[in-house]
Parts: sequence; structure tokens; C-alpha cells
Amino acid sequence: MRYGRGPEVLSDVSLSLPRGSFHFVTGPSGAGKSSLLKLIYLASRPSSGSVRLFGEDVAAMPARDLPRTRRRIGVVFQDLLLLDHLSAFDNTALPLRIAGHKASEYRNDVAELLTWVGLGARMDALPPTLAGGEKQRLAIARAVVNRPEILLADEPTGNVDHEMALRIYRLFVELNRLGTTIIIATHDQDLVARSARPVLHLDKGRLRPLPPQGPAE
Amino acid sequence: MSEPFDPARWRPASFLPEEDARDPALLFVVAVLCFLACLTALGVIAGNRAAQGWASQLTGEATVIVRARGGETPDAAAARAAETLAGVPGVTEARALEKEKAYELIRPWLGDVADLDDLPVPRLVAVGLDDKAPATAATLDKALKGQGLDAVVDDHSVWIKDIRHAAGVVRWTAGTLLALIAGAAAAVVAYATRAGLAARRDVVEVLHLTGAEDSQIANLFELRFARIAALSGAAGALGAAVLGAVLRLVGGGQGITPALPIAWVDLLAVLPCPILAALVAAVAARITARRLIQRL
Repeated sequence: MRYGRGPEVLSDVSLSLPRGSFHFVTGPSGAGKSSLLKLIYLASRPSSGSVRLFGEDVAAMPARDLPRTRRRIGVVFQDLLLLDHLSAFDNTALPLRIAGHKASEYRNDVAELLTWVGLGARMDALPPTLAGGEKQRLAIARAVVNRPEILLADEPTGNVDHEMALRIYRLFVELNRLGTTIIIATHDQDLVARSARPVLHLDKGRLRPLPPQGPAE
Repeated sequence: MSEPFDPARWRPASFLPEEDARDPALLFVVAVLCFLACLTALGVIAGNRAAQGWASQLTGEATVIVRARGGETPDAAAARAAETLAGVPGVTEARALEKEKAYELIRPWLGDVADLDDLPVPRLVAVGLDDKAPATAATLDKALKGQGLDAVVDDHSVWIKDIRHAAGVVRWTAGTLLALIAGAAAAVVAYATRAGLAARRDVVEVLHLTGAEDSQIANLFELRFARIAALSGAAGALGAAVLGAVLRLVGGGQGITPALPIAWVDLLAVLPCPILAALVAAVAARITARRLIQRL
């Protein structure tokens, strides 16, 4: 994969992730971690090769069919991409509104989810008034609110302290137990070392699977 | 202290921020364009009415120029022509004009000549025609020739043709102006949509990646700009209607000039403006938004 006429950012990547698995993607800056996630959450298309999701070749899928597939994927973006003019509640409800659900169907679920991620008292707060960890949890709440089959998180613990990073990690473990496939791109070696999850290591655009780094959970 | 958040009372907020610093400028520009469009429409209606009035006046009458022949006096020839024409079907009235009328008509070309009686000035017969089945120039000419009269019939067809041609030119010109103004409004909205999308790229990107269809995102911009254009259209239409009303009041039934007689009912022509402006804006915003989204 390459951006425009630039150099290849991913060149030798071949992987297959079973449903319900939990993987870390690691590697130095510029290794292609975010690019790999973009291919999976359909923000980019590969310049060659194929990407299969839910049994379909999404790389060749017509643009009009992509939204349907995107709704089955939750993403915690590296820069969070929260909408500053919307409250925490509105930000969280966004995927459900886009999918066409009625407010009466989901308002209680959204409130419960926000309480679960520790934002029960900040539901009407605008993102600029939230602390770094709160924003991170809000982004996670938005990513999981429609119960996605795949959850992708790009550096989800990048701006939080160690304790908050562990809390967020436990949140992902809990979601994985509920059946969601989890892929986390991270620099946080400490987090990876504590986990018994397989690692996909990227370096200079090439992928190398590594065994779990941490003890069994 | 504010009340705790109650999810049961929550109402979904707009995906796009309610206010944009560029909105007032866009509102003003589109309002000015709508004002100009409404004024153009009022001008076309008034001009059309004037043209129709002139044409109908000319259609209802004809003028016959009678020259005396042999020993007959001009007045006698004119009286005989009037009598002949009065009996032609499709003629409601035929009246020989006094010689002074004929003198008045030719005096501008001859200057202040003391005595025109020495000149062989032809006499005129004014003919009133039936509105529903007017006699043709050929019928009148045949009737006059039948009586041995040397006369020329002018049914004003040349003038009517010119007036209708002029009215057609006015209509086409106004139509072109309206199309240009609508195009300018669409271009302004397209530009504003482009700027709005660029400024709200974060929103568009999040919606896009969260599974929004292109049409869902385009709808947001379409509705927003349609609303602004409808407001602008209403303001522009109101301004044009007020100006039209002032001209009607100041100029009486003749409006701006006798050439543009405005009627009160003409002011209703501005009513569709907000809807048309909203439609133009909606289409422009939709096309622009969809093109830009597809490039994401």
C-alpha cells in the first residue's frame, strides 16, 4: 500500500484474524501500524492485494456498499476525532443515529455505556471540557456503542497515565469476552508485555507475527 | 448549579454546528441576488403588460389615408371613405378626421407653414375594428377600391410586429438575466458548501468513517444551505416587493414609467423566490457535497 505516488508503507503484509481474537499491532513510528488499521476500517484501499472482511473482498467493493461494512466496525482513532460541538452523549450516540436507530431504542443503552466507562456524570459535557482520559474513554464508548464485530484502536493509551491505560485495556478484554474481535495498535510495550495476546509486529512495512509477550491471563 | 443530565429528555443535536461565521455573508449575498432576480421578474411582468396594452390598442384600430381624385374635394373623399368603411363587416366605427388633424400630423415635417390649404394634404379616416372578428386590411382596401377611392390602409401591423418583437426581446433578456442570477446564486452556494465542507472536514470524516452514506452527509449540507437560501430568498423578495410597492405608490398605476406599469398583483410574483432559492441552493450543495465526499 502507498499514499498517492509516495513510497510503499506496507509491502509484505499477509494475515488472517479469526473472529473473536485479540491482537496487538506493534512497531516503531512510521512502520505502518495506522496504515494497516486504515485498510481494515476502510479509510484506505490497498494499491495492490486484497482485504477480506466478513467474507467479502472490501478492497474491490463499490464505494456505495462500504458504509454497510463500516457500521460493523468500531474504531478508536489515534486523534480520537470527537466532535467538539456535540455532548458526550451525542458523540456516543453518533453511530446509532447514523445507522438509523430511533432515540427511544438506544438512549438508555448509551447512558449505561457512558456510566460503564466512568462518564456517567459527564454525559452532557462537551469534549473540550473533558480530561485526556475522559476523552479517550468517550472515544471508546462511541466505538463500541453499536456492538461492532471488530474493534480497532489506534494508540488508545497514548495520552493517558499507566493506571488509566490498564483500565482501558481491561475494557477491551471485557469486550473481547463478549465476542468482539480486537486489534490494538500501540507503542505501549508495557501494556503488551503484561498481556497474553498475540502480537503483529510491523517494521518498514513488513509484518512479523510474534508470540504473546505476557503471562497467561 | 445546572440540573443533572436526564437521558430521557435528551434530543439528538445537529451533526453540523448550528452556527458558522460565514453564514451571515452568504445570507447577504444570496439575498442581494434574490432581490435582483425579483426586480427583474417584476420588470418583465410590467414590460409585458405595457407591450400587450400597446398591441391591443393598435390591434383595435386602423387608419386610412384618402387622397382626392378628379374633381372631388379631400373632405368629400374622406366622408365617402368613412361611409364605405362603416358598412364593412368587422368595422365598428369609421370617422373622417378633420383636416386640422391631418395638418397637425404633417406639420412637424413641414415646419410652421402659414397655409397648408394650398398643399394636397390627404385626409385621414380612423377606423374602429371589432375585437373578436376584426376586418382585415385587405377587406378594407377592397371595399375602398370598389368605390373608386384612392386610399391606403394602415392596420398598424408593422407597429404591432415591432412591439411584439420588442416584448419578446425583453422576455428573453430577462430570462437570461434570471438564469445568470440563479447560476450566480448556485455558484455562491457551491463555493460556500465547499468552504463549509473544508471547515467541517472533521465532522464529515467522522460521519464517513462511522458508516454514514454519502447521501446522509450531503443531506446535512443540502438542508443547511437550503434553509439559508430560503431565508435569503424571503429577505430579497420582501425587499423587491417593498420597492415595487413604493414605485406603484409613487408612480400611480403607471409604476416606474408608462413603459413599466406595475400592478399590485404583480408583487405576488416574488412569492416563489424563497422556494426557488432554496431549491437552487439545495441542488448546488448536494452536487458539491457529494463530489467532495467521494474524494475522501
